[in-house]
Amino acid sequence: MNDPLLVYPDPPPLELVRTLDLGNWNWKAIGNAQEPEGRWVGAVVVVDDDTEDAFGFCRTLKRRGLDIPVLLLVSGNLLEELEMRDDLFVDFCLTPFHQRELDARLSHLAWRSGTGLRPELIEYGPLVLNVETYQASISGKPLDLTYMEYELLKFLANSPGKVFTRETLLSRVWGYDYFGGARTVDVHVRRLRAKLGEENAGLLTTVRSVGYRFGLSRWEH
Amino acid sequence: MEPQKDYVLRMVEERGVRLIRLWFTDVLGQLKSVAISPAELADAFDEGLQFDGSAIDGFSRVQESDVLAVPDAATFELLPWADPDEPSGRIFCDICNPDGTPFAGDPRWVLRRALAKAADRGYTFYAAPEVEFFYFSHGDPNQPLVPVDNASYFDLTTVDVASPLRKRTIGMLEAMGIPVEYSFHEDSPSQHEIDLRYTEALSMADNVMTLRLVVRKLALDRNLHATFMPKPLNGVQGSGMHTHMSLFENDVNAFYDADDRYGLSKTAKSFIAGLLVHAREITAITNQLVNSYKRLGVGDEAPTFVSWARNNRSALVRVPMVKAGKESSTRIEYRALDSAANPYLAFSAVLAAGLKGLEEGYELPAEAATDLYTTSRDEAHATGLLELPMSLSEALDELEASPLMAEVLGEHIHEWFLRNKRAEYSQYRQEVTSFELRRYLNTW
Repeated sequence: MNDPLLVYPDPPPLELVRTLDLGNWNWKAIGNAQEPEGRWVGAVVVVDDDTEDAFGFCRTLKRRGLDIPVLLLVSGNLLEELEMRDDLFVDFCLTPFHQRELDARLSHLAWRSGTGLRPELIEYGPLVLNVETYQASISGKPLDLTYMEYELLKFLANSPGKVFTRETLLSRVWGYDYFGGARTVDVHVRRLRAKLGEENAGLLTTVRSVGYRFGLSRWEH
Repeated sequence: MEPQKDYVLRMVEERGVRLIRLWFTDVLGQLKSVAISPAELADAFDEGLQFDGSAIDGFSRVQESDVLAVPDAATFELLPWADPDEPSGRIFCDICNPDGTPFAGDPRWVLRRALAKAADRGYTFYAAPEVEFFYFSHGDPNQPLVPVDNASYFDLTTVDVASPLRKRTIGMLEAMGIPVEYSFHEDSPSQHEIDLRYTEALSMADNVMTLRLVVRKLALDRNLHATFMPKPLNGVQGSGMHTHMSLFENDVNAFYDADDRYGLSKTAKSFIAGLLVHAREITAITNQLVNSYKRLGVGDEAPTFVSWARNNRSALVRVPMVKAGKESSTRIEYRALDSAANPYLAFSAVLAAGLKGLEEGYELPAEAATDLYTTSRDEAHATGLLELPMSLSEALDELEASPLMAEVLGEHIHEWFLRNKRAEYSQYRQEVTSFELRRYLNTW
């Protein structure tokens, strides 16, 4: 597991929790700056009307020398409070924040802290597979797959553009001793396409008399 | 398979699932459900969930009433219509005795057993049903039925008010991993058809059960009533569940033979012959209601005679034309089945009849070349064609006398089904119908 993202206050606002969960962040809310130990990928600190509380938290963190890069969530009317406090944070985001913006800023924060990023993800276009938690999503919406559907999609998405024969898929995903033959693969590909929905069903292409491919062919890139 | 259980438990945890519905089917094909909390799911996987089977149609007698519902991890799906803030899922169950052995009254075991028998011979059995049903403005049997449209086959018009509903239904089925091949307005007013993509028969039986629930539920959401009753309206086509089927030996379609004039293998021919020889014995299972026999034998897309043909829709078994290059989709279609059948038992029955044909090496009789809808009984008898049973009572006699069906269904279900259905027929026989009143009240 990667280093966690620190979040203040505890409990954090619901909207923030939702964004972090949707983005598959490994995060932990902390109520007191004396608590955190060890390595953190970064911190999100919510600045509300009690600005001194939030800045006090940042100051203590800094003093403890944990070297955690801080992103502030701050509303427009409090922007002037940031003046003269540049040493306490590396980035900020206006509230109400845009989910994708915050997500992108956090990724960048994590990158600069150099302590590894998110859980292992397979991403391709609108599709995201979280290899650790078995979660899958398409265009940000969770995709509910059965175990075999998930395993098949993971296998294919690991090598976008590569064509696999049905026999290969059967032996690699189901195992050699699976009874039922390569028809099983066809049936599961159909089920996956159905779940991906019309607009994304094209992610899984049938390559005539060869097998299946995930994503664009390597020549189309 | 342990990883499957872990996967389901993990998904339940990650997605914050609040409720898991354990689904199973009684002998008559009614879906049953018991809900458990996520905390109980792991135990249910390991030990099964105990319940009183005597309350379920066709299950245990009172003195031996406890049975276990054991969830089949491969079938877990989130219910797409559940409140997103309180997700719930469903999982199909096998029913076991308290000692863990398969319970004889469980239709899903009957199908598992039939499929295992096919597997012993190296075959996987695939099925693709075409499910027909009606939408009505209400479900009150005491009021005249009101179709919600007057459109017809393939019609796409503004009067087809149910089209958006059908579209939504398909979206929901697909979200549950049930791919739909076609859907369209059928012949009769308010009659619709959804054709499912083939899959192996156990998943397909689960899919049919899911489909019936989804169709009914979405209709109800719009204050409409959906029915799979085989013949709800006089004088128009009823609701069949024509089922396409094929046997595969690993990757090879066992029904195809390039050297045969019709592209049919010896296996396919014996399988069809098996269906024909045993058709009358399996009809009580494929057509289990008194009402089923108002659909069979009167034309309108439903078969009358025990017969087979290529591209002749009046036959009982049809061999659909296969496009060049698509030989692997060689299949046969059994056209007696109706939408009220228990899919587990019906798929078991047709598979067993076909396999019996293989075992015994039955010879395929000549193809029915004429339009059987216009063939009279006398003409048919002259050419040696048998009729399908004309009533539930006749079908039950055939079922009772069938050693094959006793073996396929198992003694428990065979006996219970006959007893239950004889009682249904007897009640029907004693009721004075509106036909009799119309016909006799003023004449006699």
